[in-house]
Amino acid sequence: MTNMLEIKDLHAEVGGTEILKGLSLTIGEGEVHAIMGPNGAGKSTLSYVLSGRDGYEVTSGSITYRGQDLFELAIEERAAAGIFLGFQYPVELPGVSSTTFLKTALNAVLRQRGEDELDAVQFMKRLRVHTKSLNISDDMLRRGVNVGFSGGEKKRNEILQMALLEPYLAVLDETDSGLDIDALKVVADGVNALRGPTRSMLVITHYQRLLDYIVPDFVHVLAHGRIARTGGKELALELEEKGYGEFADAPHGSEAA
Amino acid sequence: MSYTTETADQVSSIAGEKYKYGFVTDIETELAPMGLNEDIIRFISAKKDEPDWMLQWRLRAYERWLTMEEPEWAKVEYPEIDFQDAYYYAAPKSQKDGPQSLDEVDPELLRTYEKLGIPLHEQQMLAGVAVDAVFDSVSVATTFRKELAKAGVIFCPISEAVKDYPELVQKYLGSVVPYSDNFYATLNSAVFTDGSFVYIPKGVRCPMELSTYFRINQANTGQFERTLIIADEGSYVSYLEGCTAPQRDENQLHAAVVELVLMDDAEIKYSTVQNWYPGDADGKGGIYNFVTKRAACRGRNSKVSWTQVETGSAVTWKYPSCILQGDNSVGEFYSVAITNNLQQADTGTKMIHIGENTSSTIIAKGISAGRSQSTYRGLVRMQPGAKGGRNYTQCDSLLIGDKCGAHTVPYIENRNRTAQIEHEATTAKISEDQLFYCSQRGLTDEEALSMIVNGFCKQVLQELPMEFAVEAQKLVGISLEGSVG
Repeated sequence: MTNMLEIKDLHAEVGGTEILKGLSLTIGEGEVHAIMGPNGAGKSTLSYVLSGRDGYEVTSGSITYRGQDLFELAIEERAAAGIFLGFQYPVELPGVSSTTFLKTALNAVLRQRGEDELDAVQFMKRLRVHTKSLNISDDMLRRGVNVGFSGGEKKRNEILQMALLEPYLAVLDETDSGLDIDALKVVADGVNALRGPTRSMLVITHYQRLLDYIVPDFVHVLAHGRIARTGGKELALELEEKGYGEFADAPHGSEAA
Repeated sequence: MSYTTETADQVSSIAGEKYKYGFVTDIETELAPMGLNEDIIRFISAKKDEPDWMLQWRLRAYERWLTMEEPEWAKVEYPEIDFQDAYYYAAPKSQKDGPQSLDEVDPELLRTYEKLGIPLHEQQMLAGVAVDAVFDSVSVATTFRKELAKAGVIFCPISEAVKDYPELVQKYLGSVVPYSDNFYATLNSAVFTDGSFVYIPKGVRCPMELSTYFRINQANTGQFERTLIIADEGSYVSYLEGCTAPQRDENQLHAAVVELVLMDDAEIKYSTVQNWYPGDADGKGGIYNFVTKRAACRGRNSKVSWTQVETGSAVTWKYPSCILQGDNSVGEFYSVAITNNLQQADTGTKMIHIGENTSSTIIAKGISAGRSQSTYRGLVRMQPGAKGGRNYTQCDSLLIGDKCGAHTVPYIENRNRTAQIEHEATTAKISEDQLFYCSQRGLTDEEALSMIVNGFCKQVLQELPMEFAVEAQKLVGISLEGSVG
């Protein structure tokens, strides 16, 4: 079986401070991995390095995505190649209606993949399939992207984008933050509906709660810029009980941050 | 590298190459001697075979102009203009007497307009749009004149109108913008060369869109166009103007005057897509666009709507205004002004409420990128008689990068206590977060920017006639190319 993602000894810094310090992680096709860890461990940094954000400098190590060197691809090329980042804080785009944004994004991705772009009718047909199950109203689609959306609406909108763009690797950064239990269920159902044998997911979360609904194949603890421990879904429960205390101290041999 | 640091690099590498109308047409041109004096004005008037009253009007304006000083209150900076170092008349030699039909138009000129996307052969044209094509100082072709004449609509070069419809021209020319109005308008009154004349008779709804396409071609020439539109009682017309110029290292002056006159229940919709050469990334070259546009709503229930998309020119100084004299008359101003690199724009409107229950709306969107400066300057005045006058103003500025500026200078004067004036203003910056979000969804920075900016200007662009709204949307994207890394 080919691997979706292979991260080897990854070092990355932000503004001259090293955040990721030798992180290695392999994700197979169709697998769901959860990354948990204390605040400041480097969880969001990992998601930005994967998506290629400016200011997140990789100093050494490698990332192979579907057999390809990820660092050779620009941000939008990674998106077209099937990497999707669900944002912890989705960004507002005033004046740009959600429908326009979704259609522009989908067609940009299709174009880069060498597929035919969709016209308005084809696009609306495809959009309708997903808006219904995610409980997204026409009013939301008419409004500016994320403008005046509640926390739950913003996250549902992220999942809608993921459903439309059909990524191979979805990185979901703190998708549970700011959600009450009902909203969390809707979002988790949306994510679960997208699980499949050719789609892998990396679910980043601080709390175990989300993993009751999106059940991972593997759970990793990220602390001090590297994977400190790996286990099955039961590891999440253990962390819920004990907290991140045992990972609070710098691991032996590394410098204190 | 952050996107703002990259901005400067990108702008310098891309700008200047993206102006696709920068070519020069190689055509034999007849020029007036260089410089400006009474003889030059007599030369222009003689070239146009004008009646004496027109020459006298020009000479009065010239005399007045000599006593005036260039205005300095606008937030724009440029080196002093040497008014003697320019040609005030330039005409393709082949156009001696003005062609009677398209078959007589120099094929080189037809090719030029085709290259600009304005085919003048009627069968190739956009259905329902009549075009007057002004090349340097002369009108080279006016299409669909016969069809328009059937409806009683006059659409012709103003130089012809002076000869063919002297009573209308004498009655209305200078009646909205007097020859003594301001420095540039007065200069225009002395040396104006061509432009369009439109008369819509009583009760006629003009059967097609009218449009004028202005092209500056010759080096070292100024273009001084003059447009006069008269909408008689109960008539309607939609008029659009477009402008381009070759890419040159020296600055060129464009000082136009547009006058609109509206009688009872008349309506004029006037749209501009201004894309003069903006200069290169270092601010070298480009057009100085110093324009006076004004509409007089003389009749009751008359309505004028100015829509402008200003993307070109090195320096823009322009305030399309409405004098709301007739009771219940309506003035609207929708504007998108985009500045990139070292462009400067000081633009806005004046809404002068004189009649009762007059109302005005101002929607101004300014977008600044690179090291450019964009200023909205607008006056809303309620005269003592403007009982129940209403104004709503909304000024929004969008900044791209951290080296540009956006300024809003509203002047509000209210002399009637029953009048209501509302003013809203916002300033926003396109953030690195927004661009990253769009990139992560597959859009390039250029696509993201174009989408965000078009969203920002939507309210204005949707006021344009449909045929031109799509063009304008593309233009918005092109004007900002290279403004983010």
